[in-house]
Amino acid sequence: MESILQVKNLTHTYGIGTPFQRSAVEDVSFDVQPGEFLGIIGHTGSGKSTLIQHLNGLLRPTAGQVLLDGRDIWEAPKKIRDIRFQVGLVFQYPEYQLFEETVYKDIAFGPMNQGRTGDELDHAIREAARLAGVRDEHLEKSPFELSGGQKRRVALAGVLAMEPKVLVLDEPTAGLDPAGRENLMANIRDYHRNKGATVILVSHSMDEIARNADRILVLKSAHVLMSGPPAEVFARSEELLSAGLDVPQVTRVAMALRARGVNVDSAVYTAEALERELLALKRGGAPC
Amino acid sequence: MLKDITLGQYFPGNTPAHKLDPRTKILLVMLYIIALFCAGSFVAYGLMALTLAVCVRISRVGLRALVRGLKPVLFIIIFTGVLNLFFTPGARDLWAWGPFHITDTGLRNAAFMVLRIMLLIMGTFLMTYTTSPIALTDGLERLLNGLKRFHVPVHELAMMMSIALRFIPTLIEETDKIMSAQKARGADFESGNLLQKARAMIPILVPLFISAFRRADELATAMECRCYHGGEGRTKLHVLKYERRDYLALTFGAVILALVIALRAFGL
Repeated sequence: MESILQVKNLTHTYGIGTPFQRSAVEDVSFDVQPGEFLGIIGHTGSGKSTLIQHLNGLLRPTAGQVLLDGRDIWEAPKKIRDIRFQVGLVFQYPEYQLFEETVYKDIAFGPMNQGRTGDELDHAIREAARLAGVRDEHLEKSPFELSGGQKRRVALAGVLAMEPKVLVLDEPTAGLDPAGRENLMANIRDYHRNKGATVILVSHSMDEIARNADRILVLKSAHVLMSGPPAEVFARSEELLSAGLDVPQVTRVAMALRARGVNVDSAVYTAEALERELLALKRGGAPC
Repeated sequence: MLKDITLGQYFPGNTPAHKLDPRTKILLVMLYIIALFCAGSFVAYGLMALTLAVCVRISRVGLRALVRGLKPVLFIIIFTGVLNLFFTPGARDLWAWGPFHITDTGLRNAAFMVLRIMLLIMGTFLMTYTTSPIALTDGLERLLNGLKRFHVPVHELAMMMSIALRFIPTLIEETDKIMSAQKARGADFESGNLLQKARAMIPILVPLFISAFRRADELATAMECRCYHGGEGRTKLHVLKYERRDYLALTFGAVILALVIALRAFGL
């Protein structure tokens, strides 16, 4: 299958020619397949946010390329806005970008910039609101009357309404309570599954990434440290930990068990998998 | 791109210019401005430029940074220069075309005005480059302390100024973020006529104002939580004290001012 998005040797350097010159992203390459759920994880300052702002052409690479459907997004710089409609980017704390009088109008901002009107526009807005879990009775309210979690859903709907091919989310659950987190992630998961959409999720939380992503990209100080399916990445848990990154709690439990002599696979990253492992061990009569 | 704005940006350093008491620097800048307006000859302007050059040298602030400060007022400088050049009545026309005249007085005035604005701005920038905003407001507060007797809320004004200064970078960063977020939704700030461009600012301004109010609210709460109650009975962690170098610098400033006035008196 041909990749929908390709990043080739991307480098971004801030403040060229000043004493503050610093590469936020250096020689990063990866592919994203259509319909894939890619998780990107890394420390604060590892270049995640800079990297994803290249995917929709908000930043222009210092070196390297970003290809969408095999074509360089900077092929026609004047048409970069079209790229932004195709690669929807939801920023961190997106609720601070709301500005319209009503939720409905705010969600309409993106599709209206695309030039959509009439029934098509209305349909796009309502569909996006549904996908993002914005309730119908909220559509006519002011976005500023809503709670933080609801505002975030509105902001998400504002991007979904553009019907992007690729959805990029920068820490969508930061600052939400556990129930809010799980609800929002469930919405994103449903969107991914039902629409067969390509999703790129940036997160601090290993658990969130482990539960959702098909493939994980680990960034460390501007470089790609690892990339692969969760099982592969978490098989290198020791390495992750020594890089100062977290591993999912379940993996941590498995590692601790292993350290105490219980023969479990320390690459497990879901509670179900660990349960299976432990049950298998019990049946096998191993000391537990 | 917004991050490139230098607005009274402070370059930390350890030169005598940095170590001067902020009050001294404020007074010196005032003396310098008075002297600039007293200067009326090329000799006097030469002296002013030389003074500035010496101060720049001492402060080790790059000349390029200083010149960069002129960029935002470039238009005003050119405008004043052109206005003075073409529209000053004078004894002798060097060149005339319709309502435009270049006279000898005009040439002189234009040169002086441009020099004056440039020196004025570079002089003030030198102060902000070598003094942290906190020190600056602190100095200002102490200098204006006497006005308290006339019920001028000096402390409150100084506090407002330091808060405003402290939030400039924050708001710039915030604006950058909001702009990116709206661009990601296809906002277009570049094309269209003036009205369309103004309208395109709404998606930036509304969130920016809301966040400014939110920040103000949070800061006020945080200050109250730490029992802030205005300047009454408040003591300073760093008490400003004039040192030998401050007296030296002030004397130097006074001498320069006297020199400029003397030059004027002698018609030079």
